[in-house]
Amino acid sequence: MTALAPFSILGRPVLGGLALLGRIAIFAAETISHLARPPFYPKEFLAALMQIGWFSLPVVALTSLFTGGALALQIYAGGARFSAEAVVPSIVAIGMVRELGPVLGGLMVAARVASSIAAEIGTMKVTEQIDALVTLSTNPMKYLTVPRVLAATIAVPALVAVGDSIGIFGGYLVGVNRLGFNPATYLKNTRDFLEVWDIASGLWKGAAFGFIVALMGCYYGMNSGRGAQGVGRATKAAVVAASVLILATNYILTEVFFSA
Amino acid sequence: MIQLTDIEKAFGANRVLRGVNLTVPSGESMVIIGGSGTGKSVLLKCILGLVKPDSGKITVNGEVADTSARDAFLARFGMLFQGGALFDSLPVWQNVAFRLLRGSLKRPRAEARDIAIEKLRRVGLRPETADLFPAELSGGMQKRVGLARAIAAEPEIIFFDEPTTGLDPIMAGVINELIREIVTEMGATAMTITHDMTSVRAIADRVAMLHDGAIKWTGRIAEMEETSDPYVQQFIHGRAEGPIMAIR
Ligand SMILES: Nc1ncnc2c1ncn2[C@@H]1O[C@H](COP(=O)(O)OP(=O)(O)O)[C@@H](O)[C@H]1O
Ligand SMILES: [Mg+2]
Repeated sequence: MTALAPFSILGRPVLGGLALLGRIAIFAAETISHLARPPFYPKEFLAALMQIGWFSLPVVALTSLFTGGALALQIYAGGARFSAEAVVPSIVAIGMVRELGPVLGGLMVAARVASSIAAEIGTMKVTEQIDALVTLSTNPMKYLTVPRVLAATIAVPALVAVGDSIGIFGGYLVGVNRLGFNPATYLKNTRDFLEVWDIASGLWKGAAFGFIVALMGCYYGMNSGRGAQGVGRATKAAVVAASVLILATNYILTEVFFSA
Repeated sequence: MIQLTDIEKAFGANRVLRGVNLTVPSGESMVIIGGSGTGKSVLLKCILGLVKPDSGKITVNGEVADTSARDAFLARFGMLFQGGALFDSLPVWQNVAFRLLRGSLKRPRAEARDIAIEKLRRVGLRPETADLFPAELSGGMQKRVGLARAIAAEPEIIFFDEPTTGLDPIMAGVINELIREIVTEMGATAMTITHDMTSVRAIADRVAMLHDGAIKWTGRIAEMEETSDPYVQQFIHGRAEGPIMAIR
């Protein structure tokens, strides 16, 4: 017994984690299977698009602006060690569109959207609104989950595109005003070294992260425990799961996209 | 006709239903009485498939209530939840007209709104209530909106979970009368949960008493007053002494 104790201490969370991943995968498959089958709820979809896309713009814009600026300072300082200050514009651009734009955008949306979806659906669950939907011949997966997941999958790449541009602009502001770059040269360097796939890969990442964020919000909301405490736990779990999955997926996608 | 055979349901160690047998004939009003926490709401949810029974059989008009049979059943069904369960993101009238705004019963918005306002009037709510949000209403008003939503699409089967709890006596009377009307006029099959004996006498054709996870007694309303069953006697007279313990 005691000899096996270390294994059970390790084994239990691993098994629990795998079971959770399995349940999430089933939930994801179910969501996708409902995507193509009517009835559709366009109004819910548009409302979710506004909530997730439009209202996340300020947060994403601010984070990108500051990150782009900081990135320019860091690369300048780092580049100065081997007299490569000139790489600032291109590295800022590549770093933003490939990595920081999608990841930071995804994480900010996770904080804002996974939590609010989990809290909203969780509250609906504990106040029997989900049960009420069923008695009104409305499938909660189609009415609640599908519109949110679809909206996030479309909205986050758009947010990433905006974030990329603002991040590059933040780098430009710092580059021109603090580091003494010539405005025209800065823009030319940014353009010349940036490839279409750099941008596109970041947008694909954004779509994957959007899917993850809304899926986690819906999954934890639908499986919320009872009472205010249950909703609180569901909200926390949704944000944590979304953030971890975003970072893990980001690594996997980066391997897939760029390691060939 | 709704028929339950040996329904059992436990939540962990809490064995709530321990073999429930019950038949609800079509077009009749069945009232389920029993102390709070005895599993009355769970029983209704088992019939709806919202809670999966551990064992037992549920049939509706002779058909086993599996997924497709249940969809057909729900298409002509309405339910008032114990807590109202209104959608707080939608204004009152869209709650009431929920079924009329989407799906197979969809109709023009203006018409759906008119029907909603008419149903609100039937549960004693003013037309002005239509544009408020559920959070702006008192508990009793929310309950009545829930009732209006349950009857909006003229269902053939209706479940009411404690329809008069939280209402003043006059409003409770109005609601009792309305439920009676729905059953007699529309010929609907109704299952109502209540603790309110006035309500039982006003709306029941048949009564079933749930206690200790099983139906302890069932019969016509006239028989209820006469029965010597100690559970029923204690319950309808609200006595502290008897076979039903006050601690549960
Ligand atoms: N989803 C659930 N999870 C765990 N326990 C539940 C759940 N729903 C109901 N119960 C338990 O079942 C019992 C009966 O509940 P309920 O049917 O709501 O009682 P009532 O007869 O007052 O309607 C209670 O002890 C309650 O705690
Ligand atoms: Mg109840």
